[in-house]
Amino acid sequence: MTALQAQALLPYFVLSGGIVVLLLLVAWLRSEVVAFGGAVAVLVGALATVPWAAQAGPQLIDGMVKIDGYALFFLALFVLTAIATAVLSYRYLGPRAVHRQEFYILLVIATLGACVTATAAHFAGFLLGLEVLSVSLYAMIAYPEEAKPPLEAAIKYLVLSGAASSTMLFGMAAIYLANGTLAFGYDGAGLTSSDRAILALGQAMLLAGVFFKLSLVPFHMWTPDVYQGAPAPVAGFVATVSKGAVFAVLLRYALASDLLDTDALHAVVVVIAVLSMLGGNLLALLQTNLKRLLAYSSIAHLGYLLIALVLAGAANGNPDLGVETGLVYLVGYFLMTLAAFGVMTVLSGEREDAEELDAYDGLLWRRPVLATVLVVAALSLAGIPLTVGFIAKFYVVNAGVAGAAWALVWALIVGSAIGVYYYLRIVFAMIARPADGVDAAAGAHWEGLVTAVVLGVATVALGVYPSAVIELAQGLAP
Amino acid sequence: MILGAILVLLAAGALAWAAGRFVSPNAPRWVSMLAFAAGLAWAVLEWQGGAGANGLYAEQFIPWIPRFGINVILELDGLSLLMVALTMFLGIVAVVSSWDEIEAGKGFFQFNILWVMAGVVGVFTALDLFLFFFFWEVMLIPMYFLIAIWGHENKGYASMKFFLFTQISGLLMLLAILALVYFHHASSGELTFGYKALLGADISESVRLWLMLGFFVAFATKLPSVPVHTWLPDAHTQAPTAGSVILAGILLKTGAYGLIRFAVPLFPDASQDFAWWAMLLGAVSVLYGGAMAFSQSDFKRLVAYSSIAHMGFILLGVYAFNELGMQGAIVTMIAHGFSTAALFMMAGAIQHRLHTREMSRMGGLWVHAPRMGVMTLFFVVASVGMPGLGNFVGEFLALLGAFRASVPLTVAATIGIVVAAVYGLYLMQRSFQGAPNPDVAAMRDFGAREMSVMVLMMAGLVWVGVYPQPLLDMSAATIAKLGVLP
Repeated sequence: MTALQAQALLPYFVLSGGIVVLLLLVAWLRSEVVAFGGAVAVLVGALATVPWAAQAGPQLIDGMVKIDGYALFFLALFVLTAIATAVLSYRYLGPRAVHRQEFYILLVIATLGACVTATAAHFAGFLLGLEVLSVSLYAMIAYPEEAKPPLEAAIKYLVLSGAASSTMLFGMAAIYLANGTLAFGYDGAGLTSSDRAILALGQAMLLAGVFFKLSLVPFHMWTPDVYQGAPAPVAGFVATVSKGAVFAVLLRYALASDLLDTDALHAVVVVIAVLSMLGGNLLALLQTNLKRLLAYSSIAHLGYLLIALVLAGAANGNPDLGVETGLVYLVGYFLMTLAAFGVMTVLSGEREDAEELDAYDGLLWRRPVLATVLVVAALSLAGIPLTVGFIAKFYVVNAGVAGAAWALVWALIVGSAIGVYYYLRIVFAMIARPADGVDAAAGAHWEGLVTAVVLGVATVALGVYPSAVIELAQGLAP
Repeated sequence: MILGAILVLLAAGALAWAAGRFVSPNAPRWVSMLAFAAGLAWAVLEWQGGAGANGLYAEQFIPWIPRFGINVILELDGLSLLMVALTMFLGIVAVVSSWDEIEAGKGFFQFNILWVMAGVVGVFTALDLFLFFFFWEVMLIPMYFLIAIWGHENKGYASMKFFLFTQISGLLMLLAILALVYFHHASSGELTFGYKALLGADISESVRLWLMLGFFVAFATKLPSVPVHTWLPDAHTQAPTAGSVILAGILLKTGAYGLIRFAVPLFPDASQDFAWWAMLLGAVSVLYGGAMAFSQSDFKRLVAYSSIAHMGFILLGVYAFNELGMQGAIVTMIAHGFSTAALFMMAGAIQHRLHTREMSRMGGLWVHAPRMGVMTLFFVVASVGMPGLGNFVGEFLALLGAFRASVPLTVAATIGIVVAAVYGLYLMQRSFQGAPNPDVAAMRDFGAREMSVMVLMMAGLVWVGVYPQPLLDMSAATIAKLGVLP
């Protein structure tokens, strides 16, 4: 390993070294404040080293991981999300678990796994990162000790996600059989026709596993149940980081292997995108539980995001614009999703999460600040201007038009039209006047409130001045 | 300076909300009042300052999202200035009309009024398609809140319907905008959302009709025209008075403005081809709106349907493709802004006093409230198209223009004027004339505050009706610059 490679890996060293230190620390000092503070310090430290790592330029290390602007962009995104999740969880976990120290370590491990996944240039890195992420998530979902729903959700996620991982492994094996290499990029010129068939089969199986992790229709069944059972801040983390990491590696693989040049796979991706946009939005219409509603809405959003993949990967596409679209979309999706789950976390009581829509009736009059954040998040998810959600939607429509993918664009239009209806239901519940006058149930969850407000402000700020994120995301195609 | 005016309205909205929370529940309405008065003063000053050599009263350019060639381009020409002045004036009317109607959340109410109007001013001045679409949607949310929070018994349904219609048609427009930009990019190599660059875009014949329709559907929904009008009766009826005043007075005009500024100039050939169909929709709207208005028993709903009829004249005028028709459309926009705002204010005032909009529970109200009676009579007569008042000038010019384009459609629309007289007088008779309704013991008449804005609107209508020349000059300059007339 050269010095430059070490420099590029610095943020990852900080994360993994920090995890070891934290593990030793909590073994000696059972203090939640120390574990929380230590985890946040590690995350902030990793973030602080990103500029140095970026100076080292793109580094392909042992053919396994590639540290480039793309990977570091995701690292920053994931680490920021993890910091928000840690802060949101701090007071939320108190009444729910006795031993809370390890939660923060699991959070850092999951973040490390996600960051590694986004760097993968080889199936080993891919699988390693993804499993580190997933295994930590099982534990994080099941963390509240007394309650049953988290346990149920964790088991469901464990079993189904395990099945998806094994499908992916099979796919990787088939790809290896055809290509003779586990690296993403390869020269396909020498493949025989039977090799090509095996390759396509392997890629299809790989995609099935990836689509499961991204919870795209028809691999979406687990999503609402897991979101509903998971603790609110963890659900936010699952909705954002785990999907972002998988999308990052999918995009990388698609670009390196010309995945979508195979017509059948291209068609599959388009069909799945359309199904997800329509299915997610239609099913969300029926929900009265905010977590389930957000689960279905995330299915639809991941469907929109596939438009970026199609533009980036298609033979006649535009990789630069496609990747840029994906990155900008993910930033928007992260912000608004976290804002929604953040508000939910702050409102949650000592035992129950504030997940039923009834809990939000008249919120605007009871907790105006929190309600405003949730209004902003809902409008952003619906793609209304002044919010980053509009910029994100603008980007994907733009990508669809640029790639002349009219079927996708129409599905997007129909899907968002349906989406407006249920996002507005959230808003409408909040502006309804409370029947029983004013109640001031304002819990002292000030750090959660601050986090939610920061996320809400960022949602609006990037909606008004999107150049800030566009300039970062430009030219990062891996 | 234009951006400054928009920002002042937005800031005043935040200030009003804060004032309502921390100063006094009655402070917000004064904040709004001052903001709109300042805005009106600014518009008048710009007018007095006169247009520059390029026909603009003010212009502004700020780079925004260079990645896509998106800039903040705001320009104030004759048409824009007229519409902005009307916006500011109707802002004052809206505040006055809701002076003591709103009881809860007064600060947030004024916030929403100010933000709608900020969006409207943006729509009337933006000359970058992205920016235009941005403002187009910015007006939507606060209007939704106005209906959904302070609306009447069926507000949830009405607000949702309003939002969905506008949002879905807006998405079609967004798609059309992006496709236009991309085709322009493909043919010229320049990626820009600037209106002026896109005016001459070289779009192949097969797609330009579809792109034009994307814009047309969005604007026709806002206008509204049959068959995408069904949100309007619900939204207008359920909205609080200020909401109805804003909706009918100014929001509908954004649809008309969009047709004149964007749909027709961006796609002149496709619009020519489509003109007959648009005029047909206009004529149908006139007749259908009139017939539906006549069959209403709800005061507010009647006025709402009459708006559909009046907006039909705008479609006729715009798509007649001659100067008379276009000017008729513009004058109708202004005159209808005054007359309908006044009638909705009247409907709100009656509902505030009698707690009903049903005309069967009114009757003989003139006895109790002669000032309100006189005002209603004046604005009903104006809306019916009495010569000497603004609406007559607008509709007459629109019909005159349309006559050159299509005689049968014009004849059909002219019948609509007769229908208007019928429902207008019917409204007057059932509410203010006839035997006094025994259920109504007393009704407070208009006070000085209400009368003063009513008189201002009367003056406006008389001015447009008797001496429309300054208006025609201003709009003629804009029409000539659009360069769409053969």
